[in-house]
Amino acid sequence: MTLSPILHIWVSIGFVAALAVLGEVLIAAGMRQLGDLDDIRAVGGLGAAIVAVLTNARFVAGSLCMAANFFAMLYALSIANLSLAGPAIAALTYIGNAFAAKLFLRERVDKRRWLATVFVAAGVFLLTR
Amino acid sequence: MKHALRPSQYAILIAIMLTASVGDSLLARGMAQMGPMDIHHMGRLLLHAPFNPFVAGGIVLLIGFFAAYTTALSWADLTFVMPATAFGYVVIALLGRFWLHEHLSITRCIGIALIVCAVGFVAGGPSRTEHPKLDQMDAGLGPL
Repeated sequence: MTLSPILHIWVSIGFVAALAVLGEVLIAAGMRQLGDLDDIRAVGGLGAAIVAVLTNARFVAGSLCMAANFFAMLYALSIANLSLAGPAIAALTYIGNAFAAKLFLRERVDKRRWLATVFVAAGVFLLTR
Repeated sequence: MKHALRPSQYAILIAIMLTASVGDSLLARGMAQMGPMDIHHMGRLLLHAPFNPFVAGGIVLLIGFFAAYTTALSWADLTFVMPATAFGYVVIALLGRFWLHEHLSITRCIGIALIVCAVGFVAGGPSRTEHPKLDQMDAGLGPL
């Protein structure tokens, strides 16, 4: 089965954005679990902070998602114009992150942050057209 | 929710803005040089793309971005860091206008205004949602 070119591009864009949201939420969850890296560095030095980050399971899982996202983005950029793929991926990622942060990270996404998220998504879309 | 950021934390946010926007630009330039890729030839993408100087430069900057971004997430919410660092898009647009002498259309000016407003919204608010119970459970100190 072959996808039409436009559908192929949008499936790729959606996949890149979904990987980015999953990766960023996992990394944010891992970093929240660890706490302020400056505090860890103050106690055990830079090495201790690096080891703490690299041995956190959520961070590692999120990083793998971001690595997959990186190569998926290279592929998307090879089949779609940057002027389409760039803003579309960024806008979808901003909106998806706000929902995922509220649902999974229990962040308090107040009106100010919702407005900021929507303004950034719209602004990035307009800026790259 | 807590707010006050230290000067070093503002420096981290600025590093995120600059490395992400310049790194993405280098990647786009490098991939444009390599031409279209086919999904059945992903091996070619993995083997050849990192050796393109623009792609390699983009990768180095994005590693720096990742380190700064990770650090920021250790003291701020995801929904604070993402809009706060979106100002990098404005930097790229202004560099294009004043350095590369590109045309800045009215649509792009509106886009810049929206992002500046968004950065103002989050910068004026708290950076972190406190979850004492969840944080204790994550650290293995509380009941599940």
